[in-house]
Amino acid sequence: MKDNKLVTTETSLAIKGLQLSFGAIQVLKDVNIEIGQGEFIVLLGGSGSGKSTILNCIAGLLDITDGQIFINGKNVTWKEPKDRGIGMVFQSYALYPQMSVRGNLAFGLKNARMPKDEIARRIKRAAEILQIEDYLDRKPAALSGGQRQRVAIGRALVRDVDVFLFDEPLSNLDAKLRAELRVEIKRLHDRLGNTMVYVTHDQIEAMTLADRIALLRHGVIQQFASPAEIYSKPVNIYVAGFIGSPSMNFINGQITGREFAFNAHKVNLAGYDGHLRDGPAILGVRPEHTGFRTDGPGIDATVEMQEHMGAESVLHLRLDGQRFTLRTPDDTHYPEGTRLRLTLDISRASLFDPQSELRL
Amino acid sequence: MADIAFVIPRGAKPRRRISSRNVIIYGTLIVVALYYLLPLYVMVVTSLKGLPEVRMGNIFSPPVEITFEPWVKAWSQACTGLNCDGLKRGFWNSVRITVPSVFISILIASINGYALANWKFKGAEFFFAVLMIGAFIPYQVMIYPTVILLRELGLYGSLTGLVLVHTIFGMPILTLLFRNYFAALPDELFKAARVDGTGFWGIYFRIMLPLSVPICVVAVILQVTGIWNDFLFGVVFTKPEYYPMTVQLNNIVNTTTGVKEYNVNMAATILTGIVPLVIYFVSGRLFVRGIAAGAVKG
Repeated sequence: MKDNKLVTTETSLAIKGLQLSFGAIQVLKDVNIEIGQGEFIVLLGGSGSGKSTILNCIAGLLDITDGQIFINGKNVTWKEPKDRGIGMVFQSYALYPQMSVRGNLAFGLKNARMPKDEIARRIKRAAEILQIEDYLDRKPAALSGGQRQRVAIGRALVRDVDVFLFDEPLSNLDAKLRAELRVEIKRLHDRLGNTMVYVTHDQIEAMTLADRIALLRHGVIQQFASPAEIYSKPVNIYVAGFIGSPSMNFINGQITGREFAFNAHKVNLAGYDGHLRDGPAILGVRPEHTGFRTDGPGIDATVEMQEHMGAESVLHLRLDGQRFTLRTPDDTHYPEGTRLRLTLDISRASLFDPQSELRL
Repeated sequence: MADIAFVIPRGAKPRRRISSRNVIIYGTLIVVALYYLLPLYVMVVTSLKGLPEVRMGNIFSPPVEITFEPWVKAWSQACTGLNCDGLKRGFWNSVRITVPSVFISILIASINGYALANWKFKGAEFFFAVLMIGAFIPYQVMIYPTVILLRELGLYGSLTGLVLVHTIFGMPILTLLFRNYFAALPDELFKAARVDGTGFWGIYFRIMLPLSVPICVVAVILQVTGIWNDFLFGVVFTKPEYYPMTVQLNNIVNTTTGVKEYNVNMAATILTGIVPLVIYFVSGRLFVRGIAAGAVKG
């Protein structure tokens, strides 16, 4: 469990009733977010969910249709990007190719007519923090992807702003660099204590970085909660299916009293964390919350395929003709057709209403 | 061919220079090049001959006695109407027309293209569509209205008027060129510049313009050759003392009185054509690169 150490009473960034339409297409529908001072917020969602759009609205790069945006208590809804007290890091780095690294860092400060020695001081500090001192005089073209992204972060850093906006900053990097820079961004946040809003489609980035995650779909926030809560108590089927890899298993059935019945099986719901009611329901169980043995009591399933990942393995099963995945630290090989008995961990499972798709 | 297999390779990768394939390719290319160069050759040798030698009719034979007199005459003495001060007046007129037209049209078109690509204002699409329609209407259709327009502005017959016409008629295609180039630059670059506190002009002059050198070279070549070679606008919108070089050349070559001085005509034609040729040779490389950059990114 992650503790919410950074939640304070002071609001750093507030979005109220944000709406955005392009012609007849409504991209954002009544988005409300309140972010505390120093919080790390991740906007998570698939493509077209509106996560980058929200970020662009915060930055002032898009004119919104309705709503208000406050940064540090000031209404910045109609202010220019430079006057909002934000720094932004882009996926494609967006470094000015004709300028040196130093020139890139200094550009915004020069525009603000900052004294030369102050500019030099800030560049020095940012370069130290990000370890880019050695190539301050190089052009962006002479840098690697990771170095470029550091410079891009530096450009936000020198502005000395309260709110950092990251628009999928690691998506263009290879897997190893991405993991490295992820840790560095986390360290940077711990060191600086700025409010950070981070857009990504990568749930690992979201889970590891965020104090709170706002999960978006079709321009609507589905759930805004800590990673632990989003993982253990997803508000609806979409969130449940989006978070976790492999995805949660869903089983259609019927609740009667404290029992969930599907096909010929019956599962005792004792220990379920939620409000039970009789009637049809969908049971959601994560692959890592399913136990198994080769014989004894349990739900019957057959092995179709096994993926070995070294430290763990994923079993693809058939359960009454339906697919079911199971994740286990056990790396024993189970050949196709092996019969297993499953036990579902109900205390960590979720039940959903099939009509509203909400968690019970 | 068989014993090639026994040769031990040494040094750089060997290249076979003469093969039937190369002979055919280069042979064809050389023949075609000669075919296209022949008129130029005829022009050059004729311009270096005296009039009696030209009259002998051997147009392909090199000059027996090389003389530069036709060139001098074409440049400073050839007559058009009552003026007998040669092509140089036309040359300087053309310079005075081309330089400001090229500069102003590219400046405005690049700003247009930048605004259309990056600042999507209301009605931008409509504006662009109208501009594009302009590009597809034949110039001839618009000559008469343009004459009236210039007359009303009091610019008819002046160099300023002609510069204005060239600037306007170059606008659609140049705007298209710049718009596509700027649209192909990453959008995030523009956003980053805005976050860094730059406005419309700041982004244009400090971010976009430095990045648009390749497309500017393309635009310069298109405009210089187009405007330098223009005949129609030059003859319609100016008066004789401001005629550009092309119009004057035509008047020299098409004189109906007196003796046809072929050598002078050839020299005059080469003089007129030399400016676009020089532009091509100097910037040919950049031109190809710019076109390619535009093509791949656009």
